[in-house]
Amino acid sequence: MTAAAARRSATDWSLISQRLGAHLSLIFFGIIFMLPFLWMVSSSLKPSAEIFEIPVRLIPKTFAFTNYPDAIESIRFLRYLANTFIYAVGLMIGAVLSNVFIGYGFARIDWPGRDIVFIIVIATMMLPAQVRFIPLFITYSKWGWLETFAPLIVPAFFGNAFFVFLVRQFMLTFPRDLDDAARVDGANELMIFWRIVAPLSKPAIITIAIFDFMWGWHDYINPLVFLRDPDKFTLSVGLRLFFSQYGAEWALLMAAATMFTLPMIVVFFFAQRTFIEGISFTGVKG
Amino acid sequence: MSAIPQLQAAQPRRGPGLRHMSPVTRRRLLWGILFISPWLIGFVAFTAYPVIASLYYSFTDFNIINRSPNLVGWSNYVDLFQGREDSWKSMRVTFRYVAMLVGLATVFDVFIAMLLNMNVRGLSLYRTVFYLPVMVPVVAASLTWVWILNPSHGLVNGILARIGIDGPNWLASERTALFSLVIVSVWGSGRAVLIYLAGLKEIPQHLYEAASIDGANPWRKMWAITLPLLTPQMLFNVITMTIFSFQSIAAPEIMTGGGPNKATLLFGYQLYRVAFERLKMGFASAMAWILFIVILVLTIFMFYGSRNFVHYER
Repeated sequence: MTAAAARRSATDWSLISQRLGAHLSLIFFGIIFMLPFLWMVSSSLKPSAEIFEIPVRLIPKTFAFTNYPDAIESIRFLRYLANTFIYAVGLMIGAVLSNVFIGYGFARIDWPGRDIVFIIVIATMMLPAQVRFIPLFITYSKWGWLETFAPLIVPAFFGNAFFVFLVRQFMLTFPRDLDDAARVDGANELMIFWRIVAPLSKPAIITIAIFDFMWGWHDYINPLVFLRDPDKFTLSVGLRLFFSQYGAEWALLMAAATMFTLPMIVVFFFAQRTFIEGISFTGVKG
Repeated sequence: MSAIPQLQAAQPRRGPGLRHMSPVTRRRLLWGILFISPWLIGFVAFTAYPVIASLYYSFTDFNIINRSPNLVGWSNYVDLFQGREDSWKSMRVTFRYVAMLVGLATVFDVFIAMLLNMNVRGLSLYRTVFYLPVMVPVVAASLTWVWILNPSHGLVNGILARIGIDGPNWLASERTALFSLVIVSVWGSGRAVLIYLAGLKEIPQHLYEAASIDGANPWRKMWAITLPLLTPQMLFNVITMTIFSFQSIAAPEIMTGGGPNKATLLFGYQLYRVAFERLKMGFASAMAWILFIVILVLTIFMFYGSRNFVHYER
């Protein structure tokens, strides 16, 4: 064996052992990361007699599928589900309509003062939600909004710093000649926006739509602070309420938590690429 | 975040007033304002006005019951500094929480991202596994973890019991409660793993080849190449994680209620309680401003403090 070949086979071995080590670590931590999901689903299928049994088992002895209809009935699940859906879809529509429009103003038109205004947009991201809660609560109560979904959905129609940033970064990647050519042909900014830039921004639009749907589905704090009518509660607030009233009903709670989480898992599998690219994009450009 | 240096570049262009602008520039200005007008309106209504109102309330004795708040000068701030409503206690708890969370999450997320970057087969499956917890709504996740950490019937102590360890009462013991909240957040930090992974993929391969020729071992390559070139992503994740975790309300509200004995009384959550349970809106507004200033100072500190060891040159 020549010296070079010996060295190569040595590196091959170290490479193989490295990869094996990587796989074993990933499998170990991966199982730990999946256990909470398994525990959630497993508990949701245990009959109430079995749920407090010791020692703890991951696979139920008997499957109690009735926990699911029971949870739907006792937690007002369908009402809260509908409300959560209204909130998430409302946010999504508002965010898509506003942020793409606003993003165009920051990315494709060169107007005096633009960069300073953009810094203000970015700076608002640092403002803790707590600073705005109290005055907004007072304002919304004066406007009679606390009995409606308006406090959750209406602000989405006026843009969001993070999404404006995302759209702007995306639109900056289009070549300048694109709209200059259209301007020479006499198109105004609205026509360029609508016919050229907005269609090209489809990936950014999809990212915003999915992220904001997810955000509305997840959100707990805004519904908690701004919803005063129990008929308008979302799943987040509804589950929390059920937990504080019947804390020990773990089988029902886990069944509800599973049903609450499942749509997000489905969204993730359908839009996996959007999530991974959207996140990598913001992180690297940030 | 990268917008800060543009401040200097933008200033000279502010020079001419509206009348001295060329018609082209004026038209651009009008179009620009038209396009950003939804943001402008929203900014005034949902950000600027609340910020100013909150500052005003912080100098009053405002509570929902007295409809006409009285100005009380600095007394809310003075009370806050004297520890009223557990201000110092909750600030200390918050600093401990943020430090533990950011430290642990950074080490763990970078570690996982580096493993994922070793050209392992099944990358997309592993990536999904570490990202999936992000998709669990915070209430569902918090409730599930309360049940997982249940001292006698939960999964964690159940597993510990099988190997003969008597697990602690995670959420009800002062020593473990805050750490339990940190663990739940680290479980949900898969977004940072993806950002680190994207950063790792951008490191030019020839650097490693050059290092191999110089006889560097993998350990040395990690410290000399990988970690320094990953510092921009680290800065981004550390800053965003710090900003968000300082504002946490949901996890302590659902999992511990701030207890036991105030061990998980995070400042953002205590602020929520003072405002919406005790209805002391004036005092809570002062707390909100202190929270804002702390976050702002920390962010600026990290941003400028990092200049000496964050590498942007690639």
